[in-house]
Amino acid sequence: MNMIDQYEDKLPKSIIAKLRENIPKGTSDSKIKQILENTVKEYNEARVEAGECVGVISAESIGEPGTQMTLNTFHFAGVAEMNVTMGLPRIIEILDGRENLQTPMMEIYLKKPYSEGKNIRDLALSIKETTLKEIAFEFLLNMAQGVIEIKLNSEKMKELGITDVFLSKAISSQIKGYSTRTTKDSLILMSKGKEESLNEIYRNKEKIKDMYIKGVKGISQVLPVKRLDEYIIITAGSNLVEILQLPEVDKERTITNNIFEIANVLGVEAARQAIINEVFKVIESQGLNVDMRHIMLVADIICSSGLVKGITRYGVVSEKSSVLARASFETPIKHIINAALVGEVDYLNSVVENVMLNQPIPAGTGLPNLVTKVKK
Amino acid sequence: MAEVYLNSKFVGTIENPTEFTNHVKEERRKGGITDNLNVFYDEKAEIVQIECLRGRARRPLIVVKDGHPLLTEKHIKQLEKNEIVWSDLIKQGVIEYLDAGEEENTFVAFFEKDLTPEHTHLEITPLAMLGLATSLVPYSNFNQSTRLNAGSKNQKQALGFYISNYAVRMDMDVNLLHSPQIPVVQSIMHGISDYEKHPAGQNIVVAIMSYKGYNMEDAILLNKGSIDRGLGRSSYFRPSVAEELRYAGGLIDQISIPDKDVKGYKSEHDYRHLEEDGIIYPEAKVDEGDVVIGKTSPPRFLSSLEEYSLASSTRRESSVGMRHGENGVADFVLITENEEGNKLIQVRVRDQRVPEIGDKFTSRHGQKGVVGLILPLADMPFTASGIVPDLIFSPHGIPSRMTISHLIELVAGKVGSLSSRYINGTTFDAEPEEKLRKELLSLGFRENGVETLYNGQTGEQFQAKIYVGNMYYLKLKHMVANKIHSRARGPIQLLTRQPTEGRAKEGGLRLGEMEKDTFVAHGASLLLKERFDSDRTVVPVCESCGIIAVMDEFKDKSYCPICGDNTEISNIEISYAFKLMLDEFKSLGIYPKLQLESKY
Repeated sequence: MNMIDQYEDKLPKSIIAKLRENIPKGTSDSKIKQILENTVKEYNEARVEAGECVGVISAESIGEPGTQMTLNTFHFAGVAEMNVTMGLPRIIEILDGRENLQTPMMEIYLKKPYSEGKNIRDLALSIKETTLKEIAFEFLLNMAQGVIEIKLNSEKMKELGITDVFLSKAISSQIKGYSTRTTKDSLILMSKGKEESLNEIYRNKEKIKDMYIKGVKGISQVLPVKRLDEYIIITAGSNLVEILQLPEVDKERTITNNIFEIANVLGVEAARQAIINEVFKVIESQGLNVDMRHIMLVADIICSSGLVKGITRYGVVSEKSSVLARASFETPIKHIINAALVGEVDYLNSVVENVMLNQPIPAGTGLPNLVTKVKK
Repeated sequence: MAEVYLNSKFVGTIENPTEFTNHVKEERRKGGITDNLNVFYDEKAEIVQIECLRGRARRPLIVVKDGHPLLTEKHIKQLEKNEIVWSDLIKQGVIEYLDAGEEENTFVAFFEKDLTPEHTHLEITPLAMLGLATSLVPYSNFNQSTRLNAGSKNQKQALGFYISNYAVRMDMDVNLLHSPQIPVVQSIMHGISDYEKHPAGQNIVVAIMSYKGYNMEDAILLNKGSIDRGLGRSSYFRPSVAEELRYAGGLIDQISIPDKDVKGYKSEHDYRHLEEDGIIYPEAKVDEGDVVIGKTSPPRFLSSLEEYSLASSTRRESSVGMRHGENGVADFVLITENEEGNKLIQVRVRDQRVPEIGDKFTSRHGQKGVVGLILPLADMPFTASGIVPDLIFSPHGIPSRMTISHLIELVAGKVGSLSSRYINGTTFDAEPEEKLRKELLSLGFRENGVETLYNGQTGEQFQAKIYVGNMYYLKLKHMVANKIHSRARGPIQLLTRQPTEGRAKEGGLRLGEMEKDTFVAHGASLLLKERFDSDRTVVPVCESCGIIAVMDEFKDKSYCPICGDNTEISNIEISYAFKLMLDEFKSLGIYPKLQLESKY
């Protein structure tokens, strides 16, 4: 087994670990050596050649089937399902690195016994963000007294488990200068101290309509679903930080489709994996076949700076070292002017610039150079 | 109670809408109100819409009362005797035009035998649903609608006898089919539209079989023998125009054979067809580049010349020649004056177009295809009776397109040709297929239209029975002779030094951004460079200031316009487009400094 250690510089750690695991004990040294030699050979053969244009190949491999992608998603009538952006719009969303998604979504996995369906409905409802207008019938403005009266929907409140006391506390903590008073079926807000203008009170009335009362902020819809043999909660809207803090939630499997949230909460490595999963999900759902490694490369590029940066002129492309390469992508004038202002130097190290100058590109057959000593 | 809208504007309400609309219609039929007006009562919305604006699509229908059409035998007899015309029937309220709205309130019978007391209108003919070109497709009610669209579109591109005074016209870019025929399988629209006065196709023998892959992907095979006898032959006309323009200073263009000292003189050979007046003689055979009308223009920038030059100012050559890739025969020469009184010369060049590989042909059913091979007559398959098809059509074009009419026309054409009569193939009103089959059987053929064919090259009998018959085929105006294009070296653009674009300018075929990416993906670095070498230039660059230097060819020495003679200057190879970009930067006030470095 010591023989394996000698190969540590020839093989990656993960393969060495697998070898250690899988070679049965008592295998003769000559056999192990044979195995290792063959592994090294296979590994080197599988590696990409130096100078291979993996980026262009990835782009073509994703772009070509991408032309066949349908713009609109299929909907299945009658199935409890939420509207999720899929297809080309979703791919563009991910690769552009947009922070505000069209349809943010979470899949919340639960710990036992909740995953078996215990109180699943109540749990789901408690996660959902409730605003004041959802539990109110009407917002009345008494102009004479400068008082806002909120007619409450007590049935709905009972369903969501909101008491009068809880409600008045929640409101008074968020809006200052008002005293709260509850009567039967309604809540009255009265301006404290000096008289406020009517305009001010009206504005406040509109403001409190969207006031947060209960639940997790950002979760606008919840849907308990049975997946395989366990219950999970699918949500529209996403808030990974707060959901992960809930005791009922299985922190290891719960996931959001918002890559930025993942990057903030779990780190950039997790974000990279999330990009791969999300892109692959879309490609798979369209019945297309793209090799995972192409997507991995794209994800690597997006995450390589340690932050999630989209493939746009503000993201990855702005990081290119060559002025000409940046200018050839989008907004050329901006890049040329800025480069001229600071006297930027273009070392002509990548592909596009060399195509522009009609020089051999430093890739493929253009990469190797002949080095000779010149006799003096 | 219903709201009334006149041309979509609210005008009031009405108590009894049904009675109202009926009354309006009654009055219109009597002639009390204009027949341009349509009323529509929308029961659900309780709205009466009255429309009389222009731009509505309307169609004529026979009015029906109590299950009986108002158009009677008497009317038809009168029509036949020319005692009344169409507009009389409208005045009498026998026929009325409905728009899309009023149609909603009607119940239209397709045929007279379908009439019930509930019906309000009767279709004049089912063919009235279709447009002119579409109603020329025989048996089209057996087809998918998309094929009808394709079929009628194709007919509009067919070559034919477009006008009978073509010989004295100067139409731009027109084609004329030699010996056009009227179809054997017709619809009544062929009669109505006087199709025999401007036919656009030929009746030919078609065999449906594949032939060694030469009719893959909708290609067709033609019989060389048929072509030699005039199948699909056409003439292409294009006029050239020249005008004696007047310029400031009393100068004028001159139509004549240019003198040899004229600036831009081509070569004597190019002017060989011109007569003394500088115009080509009729029936001269012209090739590309040959001059059709010789013309010279006064020199440009006259004022500056007059002051300095002592020699007589040289005139410019501005003859009108044949375009690149075009040839033919001078057909007709016209010498006139235009509105300004300038001398105007028009020369029409005619080119005979014999079908060749790549020309486009179609039946009337959207079954277009290009010629894939022209077979010698001797090699064509033949039937037991010695009939040789003019055209071989691939059977693979049929299943996916489902053009049943194509197949029926083939049988119908066969029956018509054998019994020497025209077959009525009008949509919804055609001679039934069963009848055609029976007649074909009585003529001594298999009733399903197939025949035993023999291989023209070996004489062997084909195992499969081949579907052979007569069809009306059209030659379409897309001919290879107008489209063929290739280039190795050729003209370049002045600004970028890159090849020109387009066939007319003998341009190159662009290797675009995405095509470039495929070279990159293969890592074919040097091949990529070579492909983009079209605007390659070698420029001297000053090593100290990094600006493109000047090469003085007389002194065989290069110098820098900024640093002078005493500086290191090296030649570099770049694309001219990049040099142009550097120049544009300089014009913007940006200093693009090139730092040179040895590659090795």
